[in-house]
Amino acid sequence: MSPRKLKSGFFSGLSGFAALLIIFALGVILTDAIRGGWSKLSWEFFSGAPTDGMTAGGIFPAIWGTTILTLMMTVAVMPVGVLTAIYLHEYAPAKSRVAAVVRVAVQNLAGVPSIVFGLFGLGFFIHFIGENMDKALGGELKYGQPGLLWAALTLAVLTLPVVIVATEEALRAVPGDLRNASLALGATRSQTLWKVVLPGATPGILTGAILAVSRGAGEVAPILLTGAAYFLPDLPNTLNSQFMHLGYHTYVLATQSPDVEATRPLLYGTVVVLLMLTFTLNFVAVILRSRTRSRANA
Amino acid sequence: MATASSVASRPPPKRRWQLREKIIEGAITAVAFTGVAAIALILIFVAKEALPLFIDPEALKEVSLAKMFLPQVLKEGKPAVFVWQPVSDIPKVSLIPLFVGTLKVSVVGMLVAAPLGVLAALFTSELAPRRLREWIKPTIELLAGVPSVVLGFFGLMVLASLLQNTFGLTYRLNALVAGLALSLAIIPVVFTVAEDALTAVPRSYREASLALGATRWETAWKVILPAAAPGVLAACVLGLGRAIGETMVVLMASGNAAIFSPGLTDSTRTLSATIAAEMGEVVVGSPHYALLFFIGVQLFLITFVLNLVAGAWTRGVVRRLGGKV
Repeated sequence: MSPRKLKSGFFSGLSGFAALLIIFALGVILTDAIRGGWSKLSWEFFSGAPTDGMTAGGIFPAIWGTTILTLMMTVAVMPVGVLTAIYLHEYAPAKSRVAAVVRVAVQNLAGVPSIVFGLFGLGFFIHFIGENMDKALGGELKYGQPGLLWAALTLAVLTLPVVIVATEEALRAVPGDLRNASLALGATRSQTLWKVVLPGATPGILTGAILAVSRGAGEVAPILLTGAAYFLPDLPNTLNSQFMHLGYHTYVLATQSPDVEATRPLLYGTVVVLLMLTFTLNFVAVILRSRTRSRANA
Repeated sequence: MATASSVASRPPPKRRWQLREKIIEGAITAVAFTGVAAIALILIFVAKEALPLFIDPEALKEVSLAKMFLPQVLKEGKPAVFVWQPVSDIPKVSLIPLFVGTLKVSVVGMLVAAPLGVLAALFTSELAPRRLREWIKPTIELLAGVPSVVLGFFGLMVLASLLQNTFGLTYRLNALVAGLALSLAIIPVVFTVAEDALTAVPRSYREASLALGATRWETAWKVILPAAAPGVLAACVLGLGRAIGETMVVLMASGNAAIFSPGLTDSTRTLSATIAAEMGEVVVGSPHYALLFFIGVQLFLITFVLNLVAGAWTRGVVRRLGGKV
């Protein structure tokens, strides 16, 4: 074998090793979490509340809080994200300056650190909108404090780029011929959009929703400042209630436990549940997306 | 006559649907500006809460740009130092320890993530057999789906003990542990963007190189990588932006001691972790509160610039290679 071939073989192997190492790291993260937390998964763990100063009991309030929070976030982000993508792909003229500005803004929004979203939620939603709402409603402190609604809206802003990018990809996958055929038959632009384009793009839009939920459910830094609570005796029952959250619960158990050994199984259990949630969502999204892609290329 | 005038005042049917279409288009365009509005509102409202730092007389007594960025003499006769102790009788507000901490952790993270991410991207796009490629890509993308709080947990519980036992470190949580855990958050960013850039290189480049007798690795390293260089660099810049802004990983794995030290194995505090750790106890409207928002403004501006640069480079490479944006 020539030295050139040998060198090529060596570096090919090295780059393959890099890929392998990354996948290995992912494997270690998963096996460690599952090994530590699998035995903890039981009906009591899923359905109970934390007891004995967070050293026993379950995580139901955290599961509930995460679910409600991401649900509210999804309701807020989907219409805005989908409509923005529709504007970018269906309505904006080619080489439109306006569309370029929107695109750059969305790209940069995706790069804003999550803790800055937390500050934004605190400064804008809670101290600006919330406090002014309280003033208008008679001065009682209700919305000018961290709570479910503000945390959900903060996360909605954070996940907006995810939805926009996925929806645009979905719209791209709808063949232009379909649009032209519909318009040629006399349908208006909005009729074509509603009856032809959107039905075709639905799986892709769904992918966007799932990715947004997965991202939103795992973010902790923003809700740290906008409404997550260490422990609550009651489930959140109003829009301005604080809430418990799987990610925040993980952080609290990992860093602020009075009894590390006693908390460890609970911590691992919480991590497994959080990972199961985000991985299931990601997995479904990957499958949906690969279907959309293969159809677009066909 | 009455019927004639009512017919005349009603717009013809064609005009009416045109009007409706215009309204729908206008509404959609308006909604599309939410993203633009969001980015503007983020800057405005984070800056607004930081503003008292520069105009409020009480805050001006405690905080100034010089106190934030220049070494301060705290005791007569002692050398000037950088100290972050915002909650004390005489608040010390030097941001330098936090900047140094952010720098240390990000550099460690990037030193691991950039080579691994780029090499893995090169392998996936150029060298791996097709079937393997279809497995590697989604698997590494799954890593992006691991919440950062879980990566922080992994750094705290697993990496920290591993490194301490292997190297006999004094501090269990330090910049090295945080940087390594952080690299797990950055790798998917670098990998995905770099892989996209490499895949955008036209097939003719590969065919020409292989036809001239180059090996696959030589083609990948000397032809494809240089052709996609701006995109690959953009991937690293985006990764750096993520590293600087990432909060939960460093909050959990760095040890959080705001000390001014270049040592990688010392406990470390970053800018982002400072906001997360101290916002909970701060008095709303106090100088300390404004200071945390001021740190947020700086994080926003740093990542904003990095993203603009990366975005421009990515668009550049796509345009140059004749692809569509």
